Amino acid sequence: MADPHTIHVDIVSAEGEIFSGAATMVFAPASQGEIGVAPRHAPLLSMLKPGEVRVQTAEGSEQLFFVGGGAIEVQPHQVTVLADTALRAKDIDEAAALAAKQRAEEALKERTDHITQAEALAELARAAAQLKIIAKLRKVRG
Amino acid sequence: MPGTKEIRAKITSVKNTQKITRAMQMVATSKMRRAQERMRAARPYAEKMRNVIGHLTEANPDYRSPYLQQHDTVRNIGIIVVSTDRGLAGALNANVFKQTLLLMREWQGKGAAAKLCLIGTKGLAFFRRLDAKILASAAHLGDRPHVKDLIGTVKVMLDAYCDGEIDRLFLVNAEFVNTMTQRPSVVQLLPVQAIDTEDLSDHWDYIYEPEAAQILDSLLMRYIESQVYRAAVENVASEMAARMVAMKAATDNAGKLINEMQLIYNKARQAAITKELAEIVGGAAAV
Repeated sequence: MADPHTIHVDIVSAEGEIFSGAATMVFAPASQGEIGVAPRHAPLLSMLKPGEVRVQTAEGSEQLFFVGGGAIEVQPHQVTVLADTALRAKDIDEAAALAAKQRAEEALKERTDHITQAEALAELARAAAQLKIIAKLRKVRG
Repeated sequence: MPGTKEIRAKITSVKNTQKITRAMQMVATSKMRRAQERMRAARPYAEKMRNVIGHLTEANPDYRSPYLQQHDTVRNIGIIVVSTDRGLAGALNANVFKQTLLLMREWQGKGAAAKLCLIGTKGLAFFRRLDAKILASAAHLGDRPHVKDLIGTVKVMLDAYCDGEIDRLFLVNAEFVNTMTQRPSVVQLLPVQAIDTEDLSDHWDYIYEPEAAQILDSLLMRYIESQVYRAAVENVASEMAARMVAMKAATDNAGKLINEMQLIYNKARQAAITKELAEIVGGAAAV
């Protein structure tokens, strides 16, 4: 790696890259308490709590990023923050799973639901219009 | 002899339809570009995740995460099917469903039943008619799917895997090859296939906070979620590309129809004029 006094930081989330650049120091809200990472830190892997990641860039400015949780991976010259885009907690996930199940069950129950009915009506209207055009064209030609 | 007025009305109506299809084509084009960007944006996360997981599994060979565990006998398979919410996208959804049915039949031959997880209303409408077991569904994700809308759906399938309700998990979606081509792709999500690490010679381990097992499990969960997210975003790009092509064809067809009708209109108009002339001449001769 290039400069021994800086550490390369990548902050990425599933929906996009948030930050990428060199830093002299990185602070992150690890699950066991806030940690500060300087260049040549020992390899570390930790989960993150919701909070802010502070990056002191090589240019001397400080940048703040909010993360909703996730994980941080530290290698001597590379820090990767895998940020969650959504707030995660066991019970929130649990509730979301339940909602997904319910949606499936509901959809199965109402077999003649209005979406399919609307689709059928639209299909019918389209077919009728086509027939009309054909009949008209035939009349014109014949 | 049909009235020229009727033909003219028909031409106007087709022209209006053409305007709509052309507008839809343009909207789809710009949405496709944005969806492609989002597809690209999702890539670094998945790659970094892969690296970390690869390292983690290698450094901890004694811990077997439930997501990595191979189930020896396969009695049930789970399939996550990604489809669109709206129609007018050519054969996109039909192809994905066909691929899914093929997959289901293939495993049925091996004595495994399928349990489905459906993303998108079209998939729900299609598989509801079949006798398939649906575990979970998510719909109306819009043009910008978010990870948070997918967490619940994915969790149902992950839990089903851990509880032994399903022994394999597949993901089916429309792969975006290019603007003209989208083909259904099938990926196995669970058990997570061995991730090869590039530098095996490099032996070092992390300091873990908390312990490695817990981190590995939650990382694997996020990894699978990110794959499903990628599939959803890719499906949007495919949907837009397919709609763009379909609407281009519709616009062209409308143009052809207009030309044809214009010809008929001209003929009818000319015939009416000739007839009128003949009548006038005939009338004058009689006088």
